[in-house]
Amino acid sequence: MSTISIIFTALFYISLFIFIVGMGRKIYQFSVTPAPLKIPTAPTPLTQTGVVFRMIREVTLFESLFRSNKWIWLFGFLFHFGLLLVLVRHLRYFIPGDLPEIFLLMQPFKYAAFAMVIGLGGLLVRRIFVPRIRYISAPSDYLMLLMLIIIGVSGVIMTFTNNHTDVIMVKAFASGLVTFDWANLPTETHFLVHLFLVFVLLAIFPISKLLHVPGVFFSPTRNQVDDARKKRHISPWALKQEKEHAVKLDQTLGKDE
Amino acid sequence: MAAKEFDIPKLPTYIEIPELNHGVMDGDGPFKSVEEFQKPLGFPGEKIDNWQEVAIAKMGELKSKYRSVQVFLDSCVKCGACTDKCHYFLGSSDPKNMPVARQDLFRSVYRRHFTFAGKYFPKLVGAKELDDDMLDDWYNYFHQCSQCRRCSVFCPYGIDTAEISMAAREILDTVGVGQKYCNQILGKALTVGNNLGLPEPALRDTLIDLEEEVEEDFGAPVKYPLDVKGAEILLITPSADFFAEPHIDGLIGYGKVFYQDGVSWTMSSYASEGANFGMFIGSYDIMRKAALRIRKAALDLEVSRVMVGECGHAWRVAYSFWNTLSGVGAGAQSSDEHAMRLQKQLDDRYPQPQHIIEYTHDLIQRGKLNFDKSENDDRTVTFHDSCNVARATNMGGIEGGQFILPRDVIKAVCNNYVDMERSTIKESTFCCGGGGGLLTDDLMEIRVKGAMPRMQALKEVEKNEGVNTLAAICAICKSQFSKVLPKFDFDPYMIVSVHQLVSAAIILDKPQTTNSSPDGQTDAEEPVIEAEETAETE
Ligand code: HEM
Ligand code: SF4
Ligand code: SF4
Repeated sequence: MSTISIIFTALFYISLFIFIVGMGRKIYQFSVTPAPLKIPTAPTPLTQTGVVFRMIREVTLFESLFRSNKWIWLFGFLFHFGLLLVLVRHLRYFIPGDLPEIFLLMQPFKYAAFAMVIGLGGLLVRRIFVPRIRYISAPSDYLMLLMLIIIGVSGVIMTFTNNHTDVIMVKAFASGLVTFDWANLPTETHFLVHLFLVFVLLAIFPISKLLHVPGVFFSPTRNQVDDARKKRHISPWALKQEKEHAVKLDQTLGKDE
Repeated sequence: MAAKEFDIPKLPTYIEIPELNHGVMDGDGPFKSVEEFQKPLGFPGEKIDNWQEVAIAKMGELKSKYRSVQVFLDSCVKCGACTDKCHYFLGSSDPKNMPVARQDLFRSVYRRHFTFAGKYFPKLVGAKELDDDMLDDWYNYFHQCSQCRRCSVFCPYGIDTAEISMAAREILDTVGVGQKYCNQILGKALTVGNNLGLPEPALRDTLIDLEEEVEEDFGAPVKYPLDVKGAEILLITPSADFFAEPHIDGLIGYGKVFYQDGVSWTMSSYASEGANFGMFIGSYDIMRKAALRIRKAALDLEVSRVMVGECGHAWRVAYSFWNTLSGVGAGAQSSDEHAMRLQKQLDDRYPQPQHIIEYTHDLIQRGKLNFDKSENDDRTVTFHDSCNVARATNMGGIEGGQFILPRDVIKAVCNNYVDMERSTIKESTFCCGGGGGLLTDDLMEIRVKGAMPRMQALKEVEKNEGVNTLAAICAICKSQFSKVLPKFDFDPYMIVSVHQLVSAAIILDKPQTTNSSPDGQTDAEEPVIEAEETAETE
């Protein structure tokens, strides 16, 4: 194997490792942190089923964002939906051997890359030109978009221009990563850039705003059922305090009744 | 007090997103609390020496105790969807009043101290140190947030700036930088029993006066009982209802509804406050301490129902938090002694706690009340959804009930009702501008500016529909509107309690003998008598 292939193979495992461990830790942290009070925001479902549907609408349609700002919604939706289709289509490289039939149907998904890049472009333009959004942006916010745009554009170049990479070789490399049967990868610059930035993205996932992905599911204002009067909801730390009468205000305000 | 001069915003024909005006609302923030008010709440009397260290430690503690804080700090993608949703930004144009920018005052410090990127690449991710300037900004701008949660409705992840501003205020208190208004009031509420510091004899006198007045005006012996053991209903209402205008007309209305229903009810001198400012300062312990007074009153008075008067954040605390804090509610596990002690006593055929609007609504539905709607014919009414009721609670157990029930009640007693523009009501309602602990004269500038979006929507229905009455079910809204309405060329008396409208239209005949319980509970007669005796003999 060439040096560059060894480096990229190593980078893949390193970034994947960081991603899995980092996300695992973050999700664990989110899940063990108690939500001591009921704080769902209207329009609030009164049942668990209602909450599930609300969450599905938020994740698939970006419902709140739609009500909030049509432009951000449009660009955001183009980007994410495009990204989803592109990711699904990328599975072909990682599945060893012959592909199941349905992958033929996914052929048109390659156009999703345009949706993704247009969406990202729109978001970047807004970030630069809308003063309110510029005000709240840190360098990392621009970089994140730039990085995704470069990933998207380099992908488009490989798919739609004459700068194709050797797809057979890519498949051997990628499925080799899965089966630990490592192989060389093509070395065109735009492919290496594409791949490298994807690894970077994986690695920064748990330490950046990409945490919105697990975050949306853990958001108490969105995932709580509005049943505070019907069920007593109490967090472990509050229960402990209640049992032990351990509220520090006893000296100044007297004991609990 | 030397109030800062400021321009009152002009009301535009529709709400525009303002150009950013950096630093227009920069300042020292509201009056700071002093030792006298800090100590009883367990906070240091002045800014402590090692405040930075303590503040960061407190931040760590809060984010491990509140999932909201942790998740919200991590999840914001800076999409900007919330930037034009805050009334304080729309009214002041200060970019630090954009919800995400307000959060970022907090988030930048979180990143600096608790995240990898912020520790090693602070510039890249906008991480900042908690220095004196930052603390000043916290104090100033977290007291320009009414914790109304409008931003949360519009954020794709439901990020609730109120949660962040509560956390920030708790940290500020912990290092000795408290707000005078809230903390002084809490001291009174937690020792005397209400925010006004009105002791039992004064309260009793006020209520006796009120009874005389009502009897004179309406010719019916409507009672406003205090500390009646064995009454069916304990009413917890904001203490503003006891004396402030237009609040007291609401209290008169509740009394008339109770009278007409023939139910026995009482207020408590020990827990004579519905408002719970513990929520505003973000302190679970203090909020709980205040809620426990109500629990004690309910146990001592042996009531079977707990009801809440017209108060926005009180209803949030009651509806969403009481069950958690003090067991006023239902559905505790049988092993949960603390909650069960009370819940066994409470009548599970009623929602616990119940809102006075739910109660009146139910009586109307069951045909128990008769109205002469023409009494309100001089009014064209619109309803202001108070943020805490609208976005954090429910009524009637039906989806959106908190919007439907108050409107139903108004329409049952008034012939002329119109809504304001859809994007300014219900879950999208604009705050009155005075909530969240900002209802103090030293914050008048932000209160007036923050009222602009609500005033704009009101102006529109005034012009187009002839609206001359603004009804609300929140003590803070009522006080705030009384103050700011004239600044925007409205009649300050156009703000009324919903139960003032009920009061004007309700026909008082003899109290009916049957009791209000759905299946005709019959043992309520006696407490009524006892109620009258107690009121007279003491
Ligand atoms: C559960 C899946 C996901 C949901 C519900 C979701 C939702 C959202 C929403 C609502 C926004 C705000 C609107 C916008 O700016 O587009 C957003 C922004 C963003 N998302 Fe996602 N997302 C998801 C997965 C992902 C993934 C897998 C990535 C990986 C790259 C990603 C990257 C981004 C980025 C970079 C932004 C910021 C865009 C900007 O800077 O304006 N998202 N996401
Ligand atoms: S809407 Fe939510 S995610 Fe977007 S900037 Fe505001 S707080 Fe952040
Ligand atoms: S909670 Fe209300 S006042 Fe506070 S930032 Fe959000 S919209 Fe503004």
